[in-house]
Amino acid sequence: MDRTFLGLGGRTWLISAVALAVALLAPLFLLDRFNTLQFAYVWAFAIALIGLNVLTGYSGQISLGNGAFMAIGAYTTAILYYKLKVPYGWTILPAGLVAGLGGYLFGFPSLKLSGLYLALATFALALSASPVIKNFDGLTNGHEGIVLPPALDPFGFGLTNEQWLYYLALIIAILLFLFARAMLGGATGRALRAIRDSETAAAASGISVAQFKTMAFGVSAFYAGIAGSLYAIITAFVSPDSFDLPLSLSLLVGMVVGGLGTLAGPVLGAAFVVWLPIYAQQIIHNRPDVAYGAILILLMFVLPQGIVGGARQLAGWYRRRSRPEEASDEASLHAVRTGPVRDWTEAPLSGTTGPSEGGSPRS
Amino acid sequence: MALLELTDVEAAYGSVKALHGVSLPVEEGSIVALLGANGAGKTTTLRAISGTVRKTGGNVLFDDRVINLRSPEDVARMGIAHVPEGRGTLAQLTVWENLKMGAYVRRDGAGVKRDFDRMVGYFPWLGRRRDQVAVTLSGGEQQMLAIARALMLRPRVMLLDEPSLGLAPLVVRDIYRIIETINREEKTTILLVEQNARTALGVAHRAYVIEVGRIAVEGSASDLANQESIRKSYLGY
Amino acid sequence: MQGVVQQIVSGLATGGVYASLALALVLIYRSMEALNFAQGEMAMFSTFIAWELISVVHLNYYAAFAITIAVSIAGGFLIERVVIRPVEKAPPLTVVLVTLGLFFVVNGLAGLIWSYVIKPFPGPPGFPQAPISVGGVTVGLQDLFLIVMTVVLLGILYAFFQFTKLGLAMRAAALYPETSRLLGVRTSQMLGLGWGLAAGVGAVSGMLIAPIEFLDPNMMQPVLLYAFAAAVLGGVENPVGAVVGGFLVGVLLALIGTYVPGARDLRLAFGLVIIVAVLIVRPGGLLGRAHLARV
Repeated sequence: MDRTFLGLGGRTWLISAVALAVALLAPLFLLDRFNTLQFAYVWAFAIALIGLNVLTGYSGQISLGNGAFMAIGAYTTAILYYKLKVPYGWTILPAGLVAGLGGYLFGFPSLKLSGLYLALATFALALSASPVIKNFDGLTNGHEGIVLPPALDPFGFGLTNEQWLYYLALIIAILLFLFARAMLGGATGRALRAIRDSETAAAASGISVAQFKTMAFGVSAFYAGIAGSLYAIITAFVSPDSFDLPLSLSLLVGMVVGGLGTLAGPVLGAAFVVWLPIYAQQIIHNRPDVAYGAILILLMFVLPQGIVGGARQLAGWYRRRSRPEEASDEASLHAVRTGPVRDWTEAPLSGTTGPSEGGSPRS
Repeated sequence: MALLELTDVEAAYGSVKALHGVSLPVEEGSIVALLGANGAGKTTTLRAISGTVRKTGGNVLFDDRVINLRSPEDVARMGIAHVPEGRGTLAQLTVWENLKMGAYVRRDGAGVKRDFDRMVGYFPWLGRRRDQVAVTLSGGEQQMLAIARALMLRPRVMLLDEPSLGLAPLVVRDIYRIIETINREEKTTILLVEQNARTALGVAHRAYVIEVGRIAVEGSASDLANQESIRKSYLGY
Repeated sequence: MQGVVQQIVSGLATGGVYASLALALVLIYRSMEALNFAQGEMAMFSTFIAWELISVVHLNYYAAFAITIAVSIAGGFLIERVVIRPVEKAPPLTVVLVTLGLFFVVNGLAGLIWSYVIKPFPGPPGFPQAPISVGGVTVGLQDLFLIVMTVVLLGILYAFFQFTKLGLAMRAAALYPETSRLLGVRTSQMLGLGWGLAAGVGAVSGMLIAPIEFLDPNMMQPVLLYAFAAAVLGGVENPVGAVVGGFLVGVLLALIGTYVPGARDLRLAFGLVIIVAVLIVRPGGLLGRAHLARV
């Protein structure tokens, strides 16, 4: 996962250009109103997944609670409109910033947590989001939610409501994607990856681990906030029930299905998350959770290296394919490590039994 | 026929091969010493027998049956007790609990009780300190506990991985005296892995030297001990 | 003063429920160093089974209680074999995600089978409704029952692990899996048993809280959060800690809910705060080691 994740080289450039052209023209010629709206959701979710990618795929921190940051973004937008009558377009960036700040602040206590305990803390975060929203009902209108006006095309292009929302979400997604690419392509990306691979080695190389990890949380929350804001604008309604645990689960599933470390990953994952409930409706009667849960379980069976390990494998394959000299850079960075690469997100080394356990309670 | 026999056994850790064809018979009732330098494959050989390392070739035969694919639990239930490197004491459990776990697979309660008394006979302190947590024992005591625990299985074969490791010479002498006694009284077959060749050759009947995953020298223990050239080249003394 | 003691007793009662679920969490954590995010949903499912037995099959409460526990133990064992075993050797994060998936599968299944309509669930019959007076404080008998049940549960588990051969083997297998295999212990089965026991304990937790909170598929989610808080507070490796933590969390929440204005609905958020605060300040919990091994 390096330049080639968000990189465009040679053939990839051509494919991306074609895909982009299709995406731009689709609502005008290919999609009906319903599907246009669905794709608007897809772009919004893809933004959230890019953010999650930065957090988990790049800095190696798990979050089961990014749904809470989406909630912050959505409610920032809704409240700015509801209380201050701010036009929705101006609320998007603030929503992202507020959520990003929240994520950044959450990143501090998270420094001390890792692995299992970070998963637990973010799980608790996801569980508490909805009740907190309901509690401050003076601000959030509690369980009744806030209704927003439909977002109309302000430039008079003659687009339908759905088409405008589609383009709004798509343009923002493209901008944020480029921003992420720029940020991750250089030293920041290398630093994050070094931290993911081995914090001790990264610290030994002079990288300020704390700074980058909290920044990663902030960035992923920022992206989630923007996604939440767009979600609110597209749906024209927010309520605490939209931001309960299943939302965070769907982000997780989207991240795993889409895969970390690829250009198309967040989009594929988002498409999966948006369309599964629709197709599953016949079988599961409006409980897509069962399908998400089952898929998540099955995916875990199939990924022996865990999520991050799988991403690393994929990244390595990309790297070797397009930039052989990059691979040797990575190798020299890895030479700093003192032990085999092993963190809690990776499978244990196979074929060995460790040293015997007598004498020390638990290694 | 040898009670336990390895023929051309190959084993690997992941993709790294550690044994390149080890052949080693262990006659019933004998003490066999497996000697060699660090990393030569001694521990891996024991692991190949107990099933805790992946075998990529060859056969392990116990009582004329091939046991290559048996899980460690099954190998233990067949009567092969493996005392691993570092003793494998169940550190946070008490002495008594360690011994009880040694007899885990046994169904004869009365026999277990008798054996426990016999262990106290070999190591009187086991009775006095049965409620002491194992991690607080000294190295020598932990080794004795590990051996006693292995004996609680009533094994036909005992695999001992470096029993002298980290112990003072006097303690080592005591341990080896016990090993000899066990072999004599209980008729337990013992396969003994050691870096400390001299001590091991003092009790063994037969000895094998392993080098880089293969058997380099074999013979009766006295032969190996008496031939200066072998001692110098392979055993370091 | 009377009011505070009342609240404390009531807090101890709900705390007992949290403690029981926390016990289940600790059981599994000790077996495989992973957290079972689906523990609450499994408990909820067990409670629905009890409901079926009582309301549809018309069994008496105690028979249904016992049968539910037995079924849950078997169910927990099965779940471990089918869903967890394939990822036994995978990194802990993978196991966590599997339990998360399980969370949703179980929740959705319960919703499909029994719908989301709230149902009443009976408490143990034969308890007079009128509260009794102990030292000048009126205490509900049902509350006492909860507290006593929790302590009894802890006692049973303690006796099992300390004094039975199987309990000893499970402890050995959890702490020293490789060495235990050399002693003939089928560690995989021990893991399944651990899950079974945890499911049984969880079932108790669900059946104890259902009369208070009413039965619906989402009933155990707050309980799960508080149980995590309890387990973390007491020390996630320590069963006694889980129980102590449970009672503490229960009392804290009861006091906060009554005496801090406007905080009633924020109690879930307090659960979050407890979890994060304890993990930062003293990850081993009150009764655990000061610093846990980095998982």
